[in-house]
Amino acid sequence: MTGKVDITLNINGRDHAISVEPRRTLADAIRENCGQTGTHLGCEHGVCGACTVIVGGDPVRSCLMFAAQADGIPIRTVEGLAKNDTLHPLQRAFMEHHGLQCGFCTPGFLMLMTAVLEREPNISDDDMLDVLASNLCRCTGYQNIVKAVRAAAAEMRAS
Amino acid sequence: MPDAKDKFVGRSVTRLEDRPLLLGQGRFAADVNFSGQLHMRVVRSSYANAKLLSIDDSAARATPGVHAIWTAADVADIPPIDFRLSKIAGLDGYRQRVLATDHVRYVGEPVAAVFADDPYLAEDVAEQVALEVEELPALLRADQELGEFEPGRSTAAGVVRKEYGDLDAAFRNAHATVALELSIGRHSGVPLETRGAIGRYDGAREVLELHGAAKVPHWNRDQIAGMLGLSPSRVQLYEGHVGGGFGIRGELYPEDVLVCAAALRFRRPVKWIEDRREHLIAANHSRQQHHRIRAAIDAEGHILGIDDEFFHDQGAYLRTHAATVPDLTAAMLPGPYRVPAYRAVGHIRLTNKTPGGTYRAPGRFESTFVRERLLDAIAAKVGIDGVEVRRRNLISAVEMPYARPIDTLGTKVVFDSGDYQGLLGKALAAMNWQELQADLERRRKAGEAIGVGLAMFVEKSGLGPFDGVRVTVDTSGAAEVVTGAASVGQGVETVIAQICADVLGIDYRRIRVVHGQTDQIAYGMGAFASRVTVMTGEAARLAASKVRAKALDMAAELLQAPLECLDIVDGTVVRTDVSPGPSIALGDVARHLSPASKSLGGRSPGLTADGWFHTDHMNYPYGVHAAVVQVDRETGAVKVQRYLVAYDIGKAVNPMLVEGQLLGGVVQGLGGTLFEEFLYDDRGEPLSVTFADYLMPTVREIPAVEVIISEDAPSPLNPMGLKGAGEGGANAVGAAIASAIDDAVGVSGTVKQLPITPQRLRAILRQQRPVRS
Repeated sequence: MTGKVDITLNINGRDHAISVEPRRTLADAIRENCGQTGTHLGCEHGVCGACTVIVGGDPVRSCLMFAAQADGIPIRTVEGLAKNDTLHPLQRAFMEHHGLQCGFCTPGFLMLMTAVLEREPNISDDDMLDVLASNLCRCTGYQNIVKAVRAAAAEMRAS
Repeated sequence: MPDAKDKFVGRSVTRLEDRPLLLGQGRFAADVNFSGQLHMRVVRSSYANAKLLSIDDSAARATPGVHAIWTAADVADIPPIDFRLSKIAGLDGYRQRVLATDHVRYVGEPVAAVFADDPYLAEDVAEQVALEVEELPALLRADQELGEFEPGRSTAAGVVRKEYGDLDAAFRNAHATVALELSIGRHSGVPLETRGAIGRYDGAREVLELHGAAKVPHWNRDQIAGMLGLSPSRVQLYEGHVGGGFGIRGELYPEDVLVCAAALRFRRPVKWIEDRREHLIAANHSRQQHHRIRAAIDAEGHILGIDDEFFHDQGAYLRTHAATVPDLTAAMLPGPYRVPAYRAVGHIRLTNKTPGGTYRAPGRFESTFVRERLLDAIAAKVGIDGVEVRRRNLISAVEMPYARPIDTLGTKVVFDSGDYQGLLGKALAAMNWQELQADLERRRKAGEAIGVGLAMFVEKSGLGPFDGVRVTVDTSGAAEVVTGAASVGQGVETVIAQICADVLGIDYRRIRVVHGQTDQIAYGMGAFASRVTVMTGEAARLAASKVRAKALDMAAELLQAPLECLDIVDGTVVRTDVSPGPSIALGDVARHLSPASKSLGGRSPGLTADGWFHTDHMNYPYGVHAAVVQVDRETGAVKVQRYLVAYDIGKAVNPMLVEGQLLGGVVQGLGGTLFEEFLYDDRGEPLSVTFADYLMPTVREIPAVEVIISEDAPSPLNPMGLKGAGEGGANAVGAAIASAIDDAVGVSGTVKQLPITPQRLRAILRQQRPVRS
């Protein structure tokens, strides 16, 4: 497995030309080859969603995708969410509603809901809960995550 | 309510911790890298019980990029991992070595370690390491016949016994007795971040470093130093962000010692990041117990005595917690009730499963389930309802402090304060209890299987014996607080900053709290047992008070003002008797206290002070949980429609964070009550090795949880009246849901085992009411 492929990962608007084994996961490439460690690995089998990033507009589990599959496609990670010092409405809402404790799952939730709310700003509450049920959090008991997402969704719709 | 003079304590301010975490700038264990690092992959036993005859690593060794492969012979000089808490006689022989020598006792036990240049390579190579074994039958039940741990040592490792009063007389004179057999399943904390450890020998400083530390860095530092033959001052542990603790993360595990030993020997950094399968079979499990309990009661349902014998399924070895979980089980089982005579005998039994440790509310989730099931059974026996049986047996507020003649964790069990009846009243009022009963009755008549359950408990918090904090105000007027406590994501920095801010008269956002760094402070107890807000909080208040006194003393001289006329407001020392009067910023006071300052006089340099808080006793918060559940009689599924936690914390420093602790605890408790369980097949092969088999609640499984934070019973053991919040959310979930299920299906004692999965409940319901053909 020593053969490597040359690919370019475009993360938050910046190109990273890297050489990786074909089997390398997107998550490992983002973290280890591109140094963007805000994306976290919680299970490496696609259940917990901590590694969720946005690839070409879709929220994906970067542990289940090979880096080579994302060659050239715009990728967004948690590091790109805030604009300079201004937090994204979701980030601010998570802070104000105590939607995070240890913060390990948080980037996954933020990227999941960013992608979904951009695509479907008027998502119903029931559908929103279905989406949120795709990620795991072990600290908060979810209640404050739901509050935060509802608040951010309302703000994003209004703006 | 916060006092008028408190600007921050008592208020739900946002957390200092949040911003870096939200920006993706956290530094969790896997985010730590050093140039030239090796990656460790642990080869684990795939046998539950087997003699280890030989290990063939020749193919693995020959692979380019592999630096070394270690087996037991390479670490023969490293002693087994010792006990941190609750050491009792006879347990030493059951401790775990960092690599198995000639016998493997659970699937997941480390037998070898591969060190390679790349983590993918290390994982590939580890799969080529072949074990030759002679497989033995796996022992999987703690409550049945004993097996052999090793020649001359049985699987009965020890017994925890706590008793007082005349139990024989209680049962002899009883109007009736109630007996139950109950069990709690095997589950654990399962933080979202797996474990990780990076060992590094810094040749420039001649210091061995361990990064990725958590929970108890100072104790682990001393242990690692001892195990590797180093001075403690040559070993430093560094805590980064920690992705959830829950009791299991941060204990000293074989992998932590291996990366340190390897870094020392190879003089290269060694990184180990656990994968999820490893976590589920190698990190501490918890909870699994089987209880046989009896109560002697009088005709009105008053408890005369309780006799409990239980079997604690410890798994394959005794880890750092030794007898902690069974000890707490036995000590906390009587709960908030008057129990005139009591005996608990807990058998610590080894099985061929992952070793156990503590998990949030250790010994209390278990014993509350058992005790509250017993209370419900007593109610059924004498024909009164669940609320009434509790009212009749609760310890009353006038009996406080209430000494129960037993001890735990080296402290006497003395309930320091509490109004259990009062909190029960609040919970019932919040649930609208009478109307709720009538409403549920109507719904049951209409065919719904719906019911309500209630459970009460006493928690414990603020375990000593000490905590120390150093507070320093710098020349900008910002403060640094250094503590030996640890953060596992619970909000330590914010809470400690709030406490210091009010004393120092500065904004909490101008305070940086440093924790979990052994090179910053000589002593630290860490984060466990709901201790940090109580112990570190009071130590911080003491240190900040000294800094305040020093600042005012210096300012009085500089302003030529009487001390009693000075206050610190928004970071400035001001005169309160004249307005506008002279003032001086705290940062300027700090400048006047620099070692070279002419103003220093006879004072010690620096606007800094240490505060130490000592205590011999824990304190005891308490709570009520209530649940409304709906049972699907066909599928056995349980839907929690409503959940209430009423919890008396004495004094809430940050109510939002207290509520957050309780909410998170409830959902973890719900997991252990309805879904989560580590299962094994009859060969001891673990069946719960992914998040698709070990089922943790998602947002779709949770009810809306109502929280009442009560401050009726401040602790008399510290000036602010603080008690801990960490574990009261998880404590009584199993008990409350079980009671609600009984009520929903109309049969008391339906739930005898947790988790009560749909399969189990369906089987019980079919026995209760045979399906018509």
